[in-house]
Amino acid sequence: MYSEKVMDHFRNPRHAGEIADADGIGKVGNAICGDLMWVYIKVGKNKDGKEILKDVKVKTFGCVAAISSSDVLCDLAIGKTIDEAKQITNQDVLSSIGDMPSQKRHCSVLAASALHKAIQDYEAKKK
Amino acid sequence: MKVYLDNGATTRTDPEVVDIMLPFFTEHYGNASSLHGHGDTAAQALQKARETVGRKINASADEIIFTSGGTESDNLAIKGLAYENKGRKDHIITSKIEHPAVINTCKQLEKEGFRVTYQDVDKEGFINPKDVEKSITDKTFLVSIMHANNEIGTIEPIEEIARICKRHNVIFHTDAVQSFGKVPIDVRQTNIDLLSASAHKIHGPKGIGMLYVKKGVKLQRISDGGGQEFKLRAGTENVVGAVGFAKAVELAKESDCIDMAALRDKLIKGLLEIPDTVLNGPREKRLCNNVNISFKHVEGESLLFMLNDHGIEVSTGSACSSKSLEPSYVLLAIGLKHEVAHGSIRFTLSKYTTEEEINYTIRTVKEIVEKLRSISPLQVE
Repeated sequence: MYSEKVMDHFRNPRHAGEIADADGIGKVGNAICGDLMWVYIKVGKNKDGKEILKDVKVKTFGCVAAISSSDVLCDLAIGKTIDEAKQITNQDVLSSIGDMPSQKRHCSVLAASALHKAIQDYEAKKK
Repeated sequence: MKVYLDNGATTRTDPEVVDIMLPFFTEHYGNASSLHGHGDTAAQALQKARETVGRKINASADEIIFTSGGTESDNLAIKGLAYENKGRKDHIITSKIEHPAVINTCKQLEKEGFRVTYQDVDKEGFINPKDVEKSITDKTFLVSIMHANNEIGTIEPIEEIARICKRHNVIFHTDAVQSFGKVPIDVRQTNIDLLSASAHKIHGPKGIGMLYVKKGVKLQRISDGGGQEFKLRAGTENVVGAVGFAKAVELAKESDCIDMAALRDKLIKGLLEIPDTVLNGPREKRLCNNVNISFKHVEGESLLFMLNDHGIEVSTGSACSSKSLEPSYVLLAIGLKHEVAHGSIRFTLSKYTTEEEINYTIRTVKEIVEKLRSISPLQVE
């Protein structure tokens, strides 16, 4: 049912957990529907002085596809500038993870929107 | 360690069943309708199988219709009786927790103009016979209530429901696919008119089941062709399947069920030691091989795949495992919240399940639930 890459990120998620002093948190999903993702971001600066996502972690309640997508999202987002991270879409998650059963694609949408929400949260706090 | 705990889905065919079937592929391959020697051998084997299966529920051989399995038996029972009553009576009573073979057959009949009442169940999955009685009208021709639920193991009070049906002159059908061979059934004592059962749930082969049709109950056939199975089910008889089915019935022992129940209780006790877990379905009047537990704050499909990685095979009522993305309607019918239904796992034992396997399962589930909870945001809420 699932590809090796999906199963790998599910079995050994690299970024599962939370960041205690996170700069932004994005909460999406709904336990009633069976998936919930909380993305935590830590913002730093790169050598050009631009703001980047120094670390991204995620807590997920959900199926194999949800856990796997959220972990892949963290891979994609870490090290990106804020502007680059805003451009990450569910398509990026999907193409990075390989194939996913069609009824599971919404998990990649959740993952991308959790990241966007975390960035919004950070930007709102900054103001 | 490999632990197969999905015997509610299907079971390992007993090697003794396989042994008895094999010669019917290569030597006794005759068509039971043929008049020559091969045909006669097949016809005799079929008759013997019919008697064996009938004896198990105290029915006579000519009340047993062999079918392709539980689903076809349910279709034949419900549609067969509906079409027989067409133009006179139009009302069926069933429950909200029936197998899809019953529910979807009823839904199809609704499209064809029949009316169906789907009875509620209580929080353990029991149907109240009084509710059934209240729903009966002079247009009701059938009550179809399962003997035991496939997801949560509830054994329904079919004796009382059958009595009510008899009193009101309504035909009573029961889907006994999960209970047949595990819970003793006497169709005469219990006044059952129609009963569906399947071979592969009791270590028989897939592709064969039966419908018990009480003498005098008239059904309309739902497929046309030859006159096999008392003109109720056209098509060359599955002799090899019937022979295997009969052997599986012979091998089904009451003591196996007692042993399974002991391991079931051990598994329930062990798993409920994990915090935030609930048993779905009753403690008593529960199938001897069924355990269904919701692990709060985790999702069933994830749990299933992690257990699979550890060699343990189970099933889940989680939405994420279904294409519809809706959780099990049975779990919703007993009042579970969606998020709790998502975390449900069904473990179903067989006579081959060992204590060592149960201990390993308890240990492994504990570890995995802990791991999944550690990455779930739900706990901290």
